[in-house]
Amino acid sequence: MTSERPTTLLAELTHRCPLHCPYCSNPLEMVRAAGEIGTEDWKRVFTEARALGVLQLGLSGGEPLVRKDLEELAAHARGLGLYSTLVTSGLGLTRARAERLRDAGLEHVQISIQDSDTEVAERIAGVSSVKQKRAAVAIVRELGFAFSINVVLHRANLDRLEAIIDLAAELGADRLELANTQYYGWALENRASLMPTRAQVARAQVVAEAAIARYRGRMQILFVLPDYFERFPKPCYGGWGKLYLVVSPDGRVLPCHGATQITTLSFDNVRDRSLDWIWQESSAFRAFRGDSWMREPCRSCPRKVVDFGGCRCQAFALTGAAENTDPVCTLSPERGTIDAALELHEEAAEYRYRTLAGEPRRV
Amino acid sequence: MNADAVPSLWRLARLDFDPVRARPVLLYPEGAVLLNDTGKAILELVDGRRTIREIAAVLSARYQADVTADVSEYLSRLAERELIRDI
Repeated sequence: MTSERPTTLLAELTHRCPLHCPYCSNPLEMVRAAGEIGTEDWKRVFTEARALGVLQLGLSGGEPLVRKDLEELAAHARGLGLYSTLVTSGLGLTRARAERLRDAGLEHVQISIQDSDTEVAERIAGVSSVKQKRAAVAIVRELGFAFSINVVLHRANLDRLEAIIDLAAELGADRLELANTQYYGWALENRASLMPTRAQVARAQVVAEAAIARYRGRMQILFVLPDYFERFPKPCYGGWGKLYLVVSPDGRVLPCHGATQITTLSFDNVRDRSLDWIWQESSAFRAFRGDSWMREPCRSCPRKVVDFGGCRCQAFALTGAAENTDPVCTLSPERGTIDAALELHEEAAEYRYRTLAGEPRRV
Repeated sequence: MNADAVPSLWRLARLDFDPVRARPVLLYPEGAVLLNDTGKAILELVDGRRTIREIAAVLSARYQADVTADVSEYLSRLAERELIRDI
């Protein structure tokens, strides 16, 4: 038994998505529509999550708007008292749909934009999308939703950070998340094409800090340095199995959205088990709780209570063992793999776009 | 925030009660602050019309002590996190 109570559930309702962003955090092997769990399954998951202590719900994907039951799910979540965020590309958000979601009690909509430059934005998304996103933004504002914009930052857009921030303000965002690419899933596949230079990151930090002060009180800006450029790893969601859980489109429950890449773990499914059991008892959630699993240099390190050894998914992907110290840490004997990646900059960015296996790449 | 400031809750934030933890809670995008009863009493009076002085007067009468400095400090801390705005 754990005394921890989760505060946040990320519901990955589907992996289907009209966009093909090469930094997508979805796994390389995605769930097809036929493998998705149904409306009643999701409603039960939300109810059980609320009983476990969850307060925040992310309705995410893929593109959650492809789920025809989204309004019903949003209404159920609101009835439970959850604070829900629709995490969307904006594509497919018609006015009628947005009104139904508002009537269902959805409070917060987060729309992604790829860049302030239309041509680059659509090259990243892999599809014509800017016009539809602008239309979605207008609807969200008109209907009075709490409104965030999310931008994933990488080498091809980081130099336009100031223009991107100004665009978000112009679009009327209450809140702007500037998310430096995290190298899992598709992003790890595309790491050499996405990785910014140290000079870009240094300039971006200055731009972001000035903008945070400039927009204070009008638009809240979140900017976190990318972990590759730091000396110590990030405390992934406050530690494994402490605050956060993810349910994937097929009903598997994960301690974080990248966890399926740790192939030595197996994940229980809400089709077979209650969310409470999975949170408390499942092998995947117990695997890295506390610190008894740690190896050196984490085990004897005073920072282990600060960063919990960093990200298990990154440790597995880059060192081959999830128990190892996150190699971002300068105390890790494998930090060299990160330093080497920082020097990898492919001349022209050739992206491997996010697609379902066999799906044509529409670029 | 000084005593004449008119605090309002960030429009993205909502005051609620968490039955699981049996605590009042302030919810906002991707975050939550668990409150004690004093915090809840203060935030319930934050309506974008009352000044801090007026909020404090209501609570000072209720608790029979001058709580103006406490109210101001509490709301200032939330203002630093952009959860409270001075309109």
